[in-house]
Amino acid sequence: MTDTTRTDTDPLRAAAGNAATPEGISPPIVPPQAEVATRSQWLDVWRQFRSHRGAMVGLVIFVSIILFVSVGPLIWTIDPTYVDIRARNSGFSVAHPLGTDQLGRDLLARLMAGGQVSIAVGLTAMIIAIFIGSLIGVMSGYFRRLDAPLMRLTELFLALPLLPLLLLMVTLFREPLSQTFGPALGIFFLIVGAIGATSWMQAARIVRGEVLGLKEREFILAARSIGTPSHRMILRHILPNVLSPIMVAATLGIATAIITESALSFLGLGFPPDFPTWGRLLYDAVDQMVLYPWRVIFPGVLISLTVLCVNYIGDGLRDAMDPRIRGR
Amino acid sequence: MLSFTIRRLLLAIPTLLFISLVIFLLLEASPGDPLADVPLTVPPEVRERMREALGLGDPWPIRYILWLKQFFWVEPLHWTDQVFGTSFSEGMQRIISFQSRSPVFDVIAQRVPQTLTVVGMSYVVGVLIAIPIGILSAYRQYSWFDQIGTFVSMIGFSMPTFFTGVVLIIIFAVNLQWFPSVYDTTLEVRDWDSFLQQARQMVMPVTVLALYNAAQISRFMRSSMLDNLGQDYVRTARAKGLSERVVVLKHVLRNSLIPVVTVIALGLPAVFGGAIITEQVFKVNGLGQLLISAIHGNDIPMVLTLTFIFAILIVVFTLVADILYGVLDPRIRYD
Repeated sequence: MTDTTRTDTDPLRAAAGNAATPEGISPPIVPPQAEVATRSQWLDVWRQFRSHRGAMVGLVIFVSIILFVSVGPLIWTIDPTYVDIRARNSGFSVAHPLGTDQLGRDLLARLMAGGQVSIAVGLTAMIIAIFIGSLIGVMSGYFRRLDAPLMRLTELFLALPLLPLLLLMVTLFREPLSQTFGPALGIFFLIVGAIGATSWMQAARIVRGEVLGLKEREFILAARSIGTPSHRMILRHILPNVLSPIMVAATLGIATAIITESALSFLGLGFPPDFPTWGRLLYDAVDQMVLYPWRVIFPGVLISLTVLCVNYIGDGLRDAMDPRIRGR
Repeated sequence: MLSFTIRRLLLAIPTLLFISLVIFLLLEASPGDPLADVPLTVPPEVRERMREALGLGDPWPIRYILWLKQFFWVEPLHWTDQVFGTSFSEGMQRIISFQSRSPVFDVIAQRVPQTLTVVGMSYVVGVLIAIPIGILSAYRQYSWFDQIGTFVSMIGFSMPTFFTGVVLIIIFAVNLQWFPSVYDTTLEVRDWDSFLQQARQMVMPVTVLALYNAAQISRFMRSSMLDNLGQDYVRTARAKGLSERVVVLKHVLRNSLIPVVTVIALGLPAVFGGAIITEQVFKVNGLGQLLISAIHGNDIPMVLTLTFIFAILIVVFTLVADILYGVLDPRIRYD
């Protein structure tokens, strides 16, 4: 969005007789109204994104999954934790479209509630990871003095055995955190924090590489020559330009976070039993998979479908954000 | 090249020390008490003596140094004693597991073969599947084979291994009853029958992990082949009148394998981590299962040692990947 405003102000500055255009773009000779239609960067990205069929299908399915877990509980109002022991292990019926589990809890409602948690964990963990990642990436790319220590730190984190460490963190700190924040919220903070703190390294490396390249460009030189302070330089000129790799990394980060959370739940180290997530539902159903295979299939399919969609969206975004591919 | 290797090896030492410290402090900060299962009727002074016996009496820096000494000095000495019949390590304390009260490395040595057969096999199978698929889908880009291959590999790494594993169990173990759902580690391969049994029980875990690995490696293979197929030397080779077979399999494939080999090397330690879940699904009592039971049992020395071994694997294979890249591709210079 900053890009559009910037290109809009460009001709004004040129018209004001400013010889050195700050962005390093040659002053427009053609008046703005000569253009056929206003084209913003994001419109271009969207146009390119739409032509990627897999990404569009992925987006549609992902949006419907989000609607399913967010709007669904408003329509299907059975409490996911309501125990109806007489209706336990029931098959597909009108009262319970997807059947019930061994305690008579409605599976459809549980899938919706579980999806809310799974997707919330995915999104929050991704935001944390991307925040840390871009912070460290920008810092080490922009300030030369910080580069070596921060990259050493990133390499250290990359060398950590992540899944064992996650398991360790979740087991060791679940008790104290659930005592302070309550069982559900405490585990949520723990899992989200643990996943976020262990998955920022890729984003940091990508962002650093981009920033290093950007720093050599003329518009940065121009901005520096008019005395732009570092913080404004980063916020106004660097960050908007590294937004596309960050967004791609963010999309793929959601997928990894969802898989990691369900893996933790599957190992029995995730959320408490009465707090459904997709991974937890799968884990609970494994004991009865011989008799009721559907209970395993549904949450598993939802996890895989969500991750598949997110991966496709990321793929499409990567293509759409790359100006070299765009327009071909 | 040699100086690069030496420099990287030297750099690996502080990295590993730091990682071990992080793991150690994480375990130290944990509220879990290895004596939590001891009955309350045990008097406090006895309890204190038990703590001392477990080596928990000292402050943490001393215990950390002690563990480092045991890991890097006592254990190698013990192994040399085993091999050469010497007695350097006599009277030295090895790392002892809290749970089984036996040396940690003996337990690990019992578990390694299971993990290696399943995980190693699956990685080999995965690579063998992935490379031809990658070659074909790059050579026939946007053909139906490529489209299906792309879609399947996308599914392959979107489906978590615990789900594919469970689905395979439902289909092939429960409904069709072709393969056993539980991996029997007591089985010894002595004759043809037991070999068949071993092969049958390995099919499913190996398939699950192999699919997951193949999905990723085939993507790398494809994009690397695509990069090379457009190069000038390919046109030259064709212009010389070489057959397509020679052009693709000799000229392009060899160059495309360079980045793929490093990706394969980088992926190996991650496979050990991913195997934790697959081992849990198929009840293979390998390293992953050992780690999880140790975490549940507050077995600090076991968790520390195992996690540190995983860290060593990662550092070593990253180094191997870097060196391989330099060796295979003479254009890469590490200076």
